[in-house]
Amino acid sequence: MIRILKKKQLSSDVFQMELEAPHISESRKAGQFVILMLDDEYSERIPLTIADGDGKKGTITIIFQAVGGTTLALSRLEEGEAIAHVLGPLGTPTHIEKQKKPVICVGGGIGVAPLHPIVQAHKAAGNRVITIMGARNKDLLILEEEMAALSDELIICTDDGSKGRKALVTEPLKELCEADEKPAECVAIGPPVMMKFCAETTRPYKLHTMVSLNTIMVDGTGMCGGCRVTVGKETKFVCVDGPEFDGHLVDFSSMMSRMSSYKTQEDEHTCRLEEKAKELAAGGVR
Amino acid sequence: MTCGYKDPGTLDLEALAVRENLNLPQGLNQIKKKDRAAIPQQEMPSQEAGIRGGNMTEVALGYSENQVIVEASRCLECANAPCVKGCPVSIDIPGFIGAAAKGEFDEALDIIKESSMLPAICGRVCPQEKQCMETCTLGKIRKDPMESVAIGRIERFLADRGAEKGDSTVDKAPSTGKKVAIVGSGPSGLTTAADLARLGHEVTVFEAFHKAGGVTVYGIPEFRLPKSIVQREVDNLEAMGVQFVYDFLVGRTRTVKELMEKDGYHAVYVANGAGLPKFMNIPGENLVGVFSANEYLTRANLMKAYDTEKAATPIYKSRKVAVFGGGNVAMDAARTALRLGAEEVHIVYRRTEKEMPARVEEVHHAREEGIIFDLLTNPTAIISDDQGRVAGIECLQYELGEADESGRRRPVAIEGSEFFMDIDTCITALGNSSNPLVTGTTPELDTNKWGNITVNEDGMTSMPGVFAGGDIVQGAATVILAMGDGRTAARGIHEYLNQ
Ligand SMILES: Cc1cc2nc3c(=O)[nH]c(=O)nc-3n(C[C@H](O)[C@H](O)[C@H](O)COP(=O)(O)OP(=O)(O)OC[C@H]3O[C@@H](n4cnc5c(N)ncnc54)[C@H](O)[C@@H]3O)c2cc1C
Ligand SMILES: Cc1cc2nc3c(=O)[nH]c(=O)nc-3n(C[C@H](O)[C@H](O)[C@H](O)COP(=O)(O)OP(=O)(O)OC[C@H]3O[C@@H](n4cnc5c(N)ncnc54)[C@H](O)[C@@H]3O)c2cc1C
Ligand code: SF4
Ligand code: SF4
Ligand code: FES
Repeated sequence: MIRILKKKQLSSDVFQMELEAPHISESRKAGQFVILMLDDEYSERIPLTIADGDGKKGTITIIFQAVGGTTLALSRLEEGEAIAHVLGPLGTPTHIEKQKKPVICVGGGIGVAPLHPIVQAHKAAGNRVITIMGARNKDLLILEEEMAALSDELIICTDDGSKGRKALVTEPLKELCEADEKPAECVAIGPPVMMKFCAETTRPYKLHTMVSLNTIMVDGTGMCGGCRVTVGKETKFVCVDGPEFDGHLVDFSSMMSRMSSYKTQEDEHTCRLEEKAKELAAGGVR
Repeated sequence: MTCGYKDPGTLDLEALAVRENLNLPQGLNQIKKKDRAAIPQQEMPSQEAGIRGGNMTEVALGYSENQVIVEASRCLECANAPCVKGCPVSIDIPGFIGAAAKGEFDEALDIIKESSMLPAICGRVCPQEKQCMETCTLGKIRKDPMESVAIGRIERFLADRGAEKGDSTVDKAPSTGKKVAIVGSGPSGLTTAADLARLGHEVTVFEAFHKAGGVTVYGIPEFRLPKSIVQREVDNLEAMGVQFVYDFLVGRTRTVKELMEKDGYHAVYVANGAGLPKFMNIPGENLVGVFSANEYLTRANLMKAYDTEKAATPIYKSRKVAVFGGGNVAMDAARTALRLGAEEVHIVYRRTEKEMPARVEEVHHAREEGIIFDLLTNPTAIISDDQGRVAGIECLQYELGEADESGRRRPVAIEGSEFFMDIDTCITALGNSSNPLVTGTTPELDTNKWGNITVNEDGMTSMPGVFAGGDIVQGAATVILAMGDGRTAARGIHEYLNQ
């Protein structure tokens, strides 16, 4: 049992939780994630990035978007309640090197959450970080203050121009690639399409670009192969070899179709849960 | 093989008739060896094939008391007991079968328990025809190991009966104050935990998953090994004071070294299994609809995806399934797919049925349930539809050629035999190799070229105080070997701690 110490709503469907998990908090590094399961029997195992942590307090922070059955149910848990199972830290930590030139960190939507510890780690290594954050509109931007405080430069983009530049994140990314001071590397995390286009943007400039893949997972220990992706013609397991890979080598179209494997079942499940929630809210059938 | 289905009641009555006719068990001493050998083997009562294909409950239902007494009376009580040499943990087979034949079931179970920790599990899943039944004299006389004394079935009866009576009282030595960490809660880890707890050591089992049992809970399906049987063993261990820590991945949450240096464990037993699925490296293997058997079975078993009403974990909806491989894993995946509603399930295997590594009983059950066997066939490519999903497979036909070094005849592709199979789901069941998570984060551990940890005869690795056993040492093997290793390591650890 892992206790929820704090809960905060960051936007209409994004939530932040601080969990009491001393072992994980002690060992975790940037780029790693956990797999959680809400109850013992019938719930599903889902991966979430460790967005932050406090080794002294023995806590970790998760930030998630309520998109389907499990994340919706998680968003309904309150402070003081518990999650049955949290396994971690999983995955290979981000490779952080001292760089002479700036590091560009791009986060799209909920992708800013997994980006946060990576920016932290680059700053801790003494690197100059330029962060680009993107969202559909200003209400969907998360962690703006934290990112502003951490980054040497912060560029905000929204699709509708309600905050920052009215642009896709790839626009400022391209400009930075063409700037006088060539960046050392790029990290891009967000929806698969965004990561794919970021990789396409930096490809002509041969700018090393890491992306963090969010495939479907079961065990998270390299046992099932469900999370596999094709990277440079080789099969890799995201949960142990990743989650970060060279964006110029990832076969995004294969990955995106694999992510939709259970689309119909997931939608049905979410609908059922929503209906139940409505019934409960209406004080109806139990 | 008998044809025609007989229900458990009929089988019991038939056994009763034999029993009365031979005046068993009192008449045991009067039965001559020749007459014993003539008693027909008792058929295992099972759910009817047409019914069980639609449910997840256990297929084999277990002998009745009458059947056990009759079956045990078939044993010739051979002086040299060749059967014992076939059992990896050398159970005193004539001893326990002799007791069972007399109806002394408690004594019989005690004899088994001297050597085997998990008789309810091994009785169900041991490949008996390649172990104790292969060397049994009766099978030799009958020229078929399947006709040997059904040793495992008797074992299963005794274990289940014992559990029903609640036989879990064990003597525990006074505390030694020594702490042992066990990595992995599969059959090997559970066995070591039991032996060490009995010897008075403080045992903690660290398990990556949220449930204990290893492959016996996430791989082997409910219809072959009910999860409640594994849970019973885990409950017994907890009652003995063994601690279980779930959601703990050694190598990530903590390394082996940290367990010893930071957490003060005096010894560690690494029994993390061989969980790394093999793929075939053919085109199309990463399409939607291609699964490793590990993934497919974990979703179905551990995550209970078969219960579409309650379980949140989805499982792929299939119409026509092809399972690649011929071992137990392949049979389990195929029979699970059938139970999840597939219309057609194929086993696609390169050699013939004779070479299949699966237990004979499982192959037989799979055939009865309507699984289609495409033998001497191998896939060469998986074909995609326009959405990246499986639309079929390309196969080649094979024939058996010359024997290779291992004595098995090597399958050779027949030129021009390419053909297409209409399939929407592929499951690769080609076995597992060793998962590198623990060895990769513990450079002190020596491994062989397959990544398996190497150990000495006491089960100790190249790292002092660290022992290993089960699939991580043997390569994907069997429950009984994993258990045997666990026993050896427990003795080794006990000696090491007493030094
Ligand atoms: C290594 C890793 C780290 C992750 N970190 C975070 C994080 O920090 N915060 C966060 O909000 N999410 C993160 N995700 C994604 C998160 O795991 C999924 O959103 C979650 O599994 C959805 O589960 P669900 O039952 O709520 O939704 P489902 O009902 O399973 O799915 C709802 C919808 O989301 C889509 N979906 C399913 N699985 C994923 C997935 N893995 N990624 C994206 N979309 C998916 C489905 O296609 C469907 O449209 C991460 C994924 C991985 C692999
Ligand atoms: C589908 C299938 C069917 C089979 N059928 C049969 C059969 O009929 N008869 C038979 O005899 N054998 C069968 N086997 C083989 C048998 O199950 C194995 O040989 C046996 O389970 C090995 O036991 P083990 O304890 O070594 O490892 P496992 O049973 O693999 O257990 C290892 C445990 O360690 C955990 N673990 C792994 N890594 C870590 C880590 N880093 N930290 C913490 N925990 C970790 C795993 O989650 C797992 O619970 C089958 C195997 C499969 C996959
Ligand atoms: S443990 Fe397995 S091999 Fe040994 S006697 Fe029992 S069934 Fe046979
Ligand atoms: S070899 Fe067969 S017949 Fe002989 S003692 Fe063993 S089980 Fe009995
Ligand atoms: S999630 Fe199972 S291997 Fe990665």
